Amino acid sequence: MSADTQLEKWEVFIQSKPGANFVHAGCVHASDKKMALQNARDTYTRRGEGTSIWVVPCDAIVASNPDENDMFFDPANDKTYRMPTFYVMPEGAKAI
Amino acid sequence: MELKEQTAVQSDLLKSFEEKIGRDDAIEPKDKMPDAYRKHLIRQISQHAHSEVIGMQPEGNWITRAPSLRAKQILLAKIQDEGGHGLYLYSAAETLGISRSEMIEQLHSGKAKYSNIFNYPALNWADIGAIGWLVDGAAIVNQVSLQRTSYGPYSRAMVRICKEESFHQRQGYEIMAKMMAGTADQREMAQDAMNRWWWPALMMFGPHDSESPRSGDAFKWKIKRQSNDELRAKFIDKTVQQAEVIGLTIPDKDLKWNEARGHYDHGPIDWNEFYNVINGNGPCNKQRMDHHKRVHAEGAWVREAAEAYRAKKEKQLFQSKN
Repeated sequence: MSADTQLEKWEVFIQSKPGANFVHAGCVHASDKKMALQNARDTYTRRGEGTSIWVVPCDAIVASNPDENDMFFDPANDKTYRMPTFYVMPEGAKAI
Repeated sequence: MELKEQTAVQSDLLKSFEEKIGRDDAIEPKDKMPDAYRKHLIRQISQHAHSEVIGMQPEGNWITRAPSLRAKQILLAKIQDEGGHGLYLYSAAETLGISRSEMIEQLHSGKAKYSNIFNYPALNWADIGAIGWLVDGAAIVNQVSLQRTSYGPYSRAMVRICKEESFHQRQGYEIMAKMMAGTADQREMAQDAMNRWWWPALMMFGPHDSESPRSGDAFKWKIKRQSNDELRAKFIDKTVQQAEVIGLTIPDKDLKWNEARGHYDHGPIDWNEFYNVINGNGPCNKQRMDHHKRVHAEGAWVREAAEAYRAKKEKQLFQSKN
């Protein structure tokens, strides 16, 4: 076994309070799930920043390709009727 | 592709990259970027990471000798933060395609540098105050500016680091203030530490702008947002007042407020000393590097054991399934 192994990379996501979204915080190195969670806690929540942590092996993350953004996100571009501001509301209508 | 076509593609890529920089859009790991941008960032971020980690050494010496349990807990927490900051930065550099092992190798071979300031010794407890107040104070000025750097992962690491660093500076200033409110011997110790750390702290910002022009790629590509002299002036301006409040004297007889510039003028910095320390002749260069190499080698069995444990668990899982 090589002496300079730096273990596997894991991406870390933190939930800052109950009910909040999990937000990407950074990355840690660890040999297994338990060590990844402990390292993530020590590295990213030293000041009570989190109520919950997800760790995901880096190679399990699939990311979109920025070069294909135009094509990839194109289906959303011409559908302004998905926005509430698209609609004309009758004068005087309230709470809508 | 013909060479001519290749060059055209390259210049199109550069153009769209620079347009993005112009719009102040952050550059993310999967975005196309010029090789020189990637190289500059790897060099700068890894140097920054190494500085955080090597910076644990001068303070680590004082954990067992802290004057109270309170001081010891605080120092431990601060040093743990520095280790954490190193990890944020190594992670940011890894997104550019360099591995942690390569970065450590470059540190050990001397190809990658770390901040010169950590080649000075921490001789007594007042030095722990001076390091927190002046060295972390100078680092904060630089890091606040880098929060707006163009590379997303580096910028995000800086935001996180800046949130944590202000405790470091305040704990250092508190140590200095306490000593200045103490006996004549304590005041002398604090002033002595100030005298030794002031000039190296000013050198942390690097050579004058006249030596290191603003026109380089680092500015064009918004890796760097403010020049060395601008940042140095910011640090001096706020530190002079803090020194006055607790009765410390800045060891520079030429220090004078310049109304026209709106900054303090300072005396000449001894750049011979700066380059001498960079080139390996500082008081602690060898000690810092020997220590890092030794601890890295001594820790290898822990990493190997972790891998072996994982392999054993996986084997057990496989056997229980079959």
